Amino acid sequence: MTAMNMIQALNSALDVMLERDSNVLIFGEDVGFFGGVFRVTEGLQQRHGEQRVFDAPIAEGGQIGVAIGMGAYGLRPVVECQFADYIYPAFDQLVSAAARLRYRSAGEFFAPITVRSPYGGGIFGGQTHSQSPEGLFTHVCGLKTIIPSNPYDAKGLLISAIEDDDPVLFFEPKRLYTGPFGGHHDRPLETWAKHPAGDVPAGYYTVPLGQAALAREGQDLTILAYGTMVHVAVTAAEETGADAEVIDLRTLWPLDTDAIVNSVKKTGRCLIVHEATKTGGYGAELSALVQELCFYHLEAPIERVAGWDTPYPCEFEWEYFPGPLRVGDAIRRAMAA
Amino acid sequence: MKRDSSLVLRIPAARFRPGDVPDFGYLKLPKAGDAPRPPPDTPASAIRDLAHGLVRVIDDDGAAVGPWDPRLDTAMLRRGLRAMMLTRAFDDCMFKAQRQGKTPFYVKCTGEEAVAVAQALALEPDDMCFPTYRQQGLLIARDWPILDMMCQIYLNKKDRLKGRQLPILYSVRQAGFFSLAGNLGTHYPQAVGWAMASAYKRDRRIAAAWTGEGASAEGDFHNAMVFAAVYHAPVILNLVNNQWAISSSQGVAGGEEATFASRAIGFGFPGIRVDGNDFLAVHAVTRWAAQRARGNHGPTLIELYTYRAGAHSTSDDPSRYRPGDEHKFWPLGDPIERMKKHMIAIGAWDEGRHRSLLAEVETEVDAANREAQQLGVQSNGPHHDPATMFEDIYKEMPRHLKEQQAEMQRLRALAGRAAT
Repeated sequence: MTAMNMIQALNSALDVMLERDSNVLIFGEDVGFFGGVFRVTEGLQQRHGEQRVFDAPIAEGGQIGVAIGMGAYGLRPVVECQFADYIYPAFDQLVSAAARLRYRSAGEFFAPITVRSPYGGGIFGGQTHSQSPEGLFTHVCGLKTIIPSNPYDAKGLLISAIEDDDPVLFFEPKRLYTGPFGGHHDRPLETWAKHPAGDVPAGYYTVPLGQAALAREGQDLTILAYGTMVHVAVTAAEETGADAEVIDLRTLWPLDTDAIVNSVKKTGRCLIVHEATKTGGYGAELSALVQELCFYHLEAPIERVAGWDTPYPCEFEWEYFPGPLRVGDAIRRAMAA
Repeated sequence: MKRDSSLVLRIPAARFRPGDVPDFGYLKLPKAGDAPRPPPDTPASAIRDLAHGLVRVIDDDGAAVGPWDPRLDTAMLRRGLRAMMLTRAFDDCMFKAQRQGKTPFYVKCTGEEAVAVAQALALEPDDMCFPTYRQQGLLIARDWPILDMMCQIYLNKKDRLKGRQLPILYSVRQAGFFSLAGNLGTHYPQAVGWAMASAYKRDRRIAAAWTGEGASAEGDFHNAMVFAAVYHAPVILNLVNNQWAISSSQGVAGGEEATFASRAIGFGFPGIRVDGNDFLAVHAVTRWAAQRARGNHGPTLIELYTYRAGAHSTSDDPSRYRPGDEHKFWPLGDPIERMKKHMIAIGAWDEGRHRSLLAEVETEVDAANREAQQLGVQSNGPHHDPATMFEDIYKEMPRHLKEQQAEMQRLRALAGRAAT
C-alpha cells in the first residue's frame, strides 16, 4: 500500500492500465507532455510514449467522436475532458452515438470508452469551472456514470471503467483531488495522508461498478451522497450528532438499489445530497426510487439538499455550495418529522 | 511507396520544450512590404495567396513599407501606442494584485497588445466585438474606464456583473463588447448571427469575433465559418495564433498542415495572414476586412500571427512545457517596441516622450487601482448581496427561485447565529 492523493491514485490507475493493455490510449487537452492541468496524467507520456498518451485539439466533440471510432475498432480510449463544464460540445457524440451504438447495431459495434472529467465547485472557478452535469448523463440510457469520493475508490473504479465494455463517464470531484473536504472552506486544508482511503495498492485492483459503500453507519436516517458531498454529509452527521447512515453511491449508474433500500428500510428516513442544481437532478430519481420501494417504511418526507437552481456564481461560491450547515439543517428537519 | 508498409499514427510535437534553445529560423517569414494589397472588393478566388503569406508593414529599421501601410496620422499612432502601453501596465498591475491574493484569477495579453488595440481602432466604435479573454485591449482602446474593469476583477460592490463571473470575463454592451463566455468558441457563430441581423436590418454596423488558434478546433469555429460564407455575413473572423494553447503547440490545432488563414479558402471567402505584432499591418488588414464587410462583400478570416509571451493565466506555469525565455526568440519582436521604433524613425516620437508616456499610463493604472481597491477587493469585499445570485436566471424570477432565495437568506441568518 502507498499513500496517494486522488490525483496520484488516478495516475496510478492509468499507468497500470497502460501497462496491462496495449489497447488503452489516453488523450485530451494538455494531457501529453504537460501531464494535464490537474497533473493526473503526469509522467505517463514519458513512460508509455507519445503513441499512447497525447495532446488533442480543443474540440471535445472531436475527442469523444474519435474515441468512439477507436472503441469500435477495439481500443479502449480514455479521454480527459479538462473540465466537466467543457463537455457539452461532445453531448451529441455521447448521447446519440456512444450510448446507442451497441443498440442500433444489435451488438455488432460498441464503444468501450471512458471519459474522465473534473467536476464540482470549491476551487473558485466561477460558472465555467464548477459545474456538476452528472444528471444530464444519468438520464441517458446506455451510459454509465461514476463519481468516486476517495483515492482508493478512484483508482479501483477507474480501472473497472476502462475494462468495462460500455461507455463510462467518470467525474472526478476536483475539490477532493488533494484531500477530503467536509465543506468548511475557512478551516485548514486536509490531506489524504491521514485518511484510510488514502492508502492505495500500487498495482492492479478493481472496485466493481454498481456497488455502493458505507461511509458512515447509523440507525436513524439514511443520507445518499456521492463525490464531495459524501464528506459534507459525514461532517454534517457528526456535527448534528444524528445517528445518520451515509451511503456513498460511487456509481450513479449502475445504481446499488439494494444498498439504498436496505438502509432506508432500517432507518425510515432519507436525505439526498448533491452539488448539482436541484430541479430535475439525480436526487429526483433517487427520491422517486426510495418512494417507490420504501414508502411504507418512511417516517418523514424525503429531503433533498442540492445546489441552488442558478449557475455557479464566482463570488458566492460558499453561499451556493451545499455545506454542512445546510445539510445539518435538513438532518434536523428530517429527524423532527 | 512500399505496398506492405503498415500504417503509422502521427502525433504532432512541439518544436521546443524546456531545456531547448528555440530557433525560429524555419519560419521563413516574408519581408515587410512584400504582400500585395488588392482592393477590398476583389473576389476571394483571386486573392488566395494572402492566406499563405504574411502581411507586414513595419520593417526592421522601423520604416512603414509597401501597399498595406495604412498611412495613419500621428495622433492615431500615439493613440495606438498609448492604448497598448496602458494595456500592458494594466495587465502588470492586475497580475500583481492576483499574486497578492486580492483576486483569484487574471489573464494577461503580453506580447499580443497590437491585436486588440489596432483592431479596435480600425473598427468603428459601434461595431460589435465578440472577443475571447485575451482582448482586454479592445475595451482599453475604446476608452472604457479601467476602473470598471478592475471592479469586475476584484468582484467588488461596483462589479457590474454582480460577482457572478470569473475575473476578466467582462461584458460591456455599451462599448460593443459581448459577454465573455469562458466556454471556448461558443461566441464565434454568435458573432456571425449578430452580423446577419445587422444585414437583415440594413444597418451599417459589422461584427468582429476573436478566437485563439487552439479553440479554432472547436466545432463552433467551423459552424461560424459555414454560416458566414453562406449568408455573406458582414463579419470579421479573427484567429489569434499565439502559438500556444496552454501547453499544446499550434501544431495540435492543425497549424503545421496548413495556415489557419487558409481554412477560409475552402469556404470561399478571403483568409489573410498578418504579422500580429505589427500595429500598422494589423490596423490595415482589419480596415480592409471592415471595408469589405461594409461593402456587402462578406466575411474575412484574419490570422493574427503572434506569440503568447506570458502564461496562459495566473493558474499556469509555462516554464514546465516550453523554454522559459522562448518569447525572446520570437522573430516578430514586441508590438510596443516595434511601434515605438517606427514612430521614432518617422520623427513622431523620442525616448523622452516614451518615458513620460510610460510614467503617465502607470500613474493612471495606479490611481485606478487604488480607487478600485478602496471599493473592495475579492479577498475582503465589500461584495454584492449574495441574494442577487437568483436574479437574471429568467427575466421574471419564478416562484421556486424566490423560495430558494428565501431559504438561502434563512440559512445565512442561521450561520450568523452559529458564528456568534
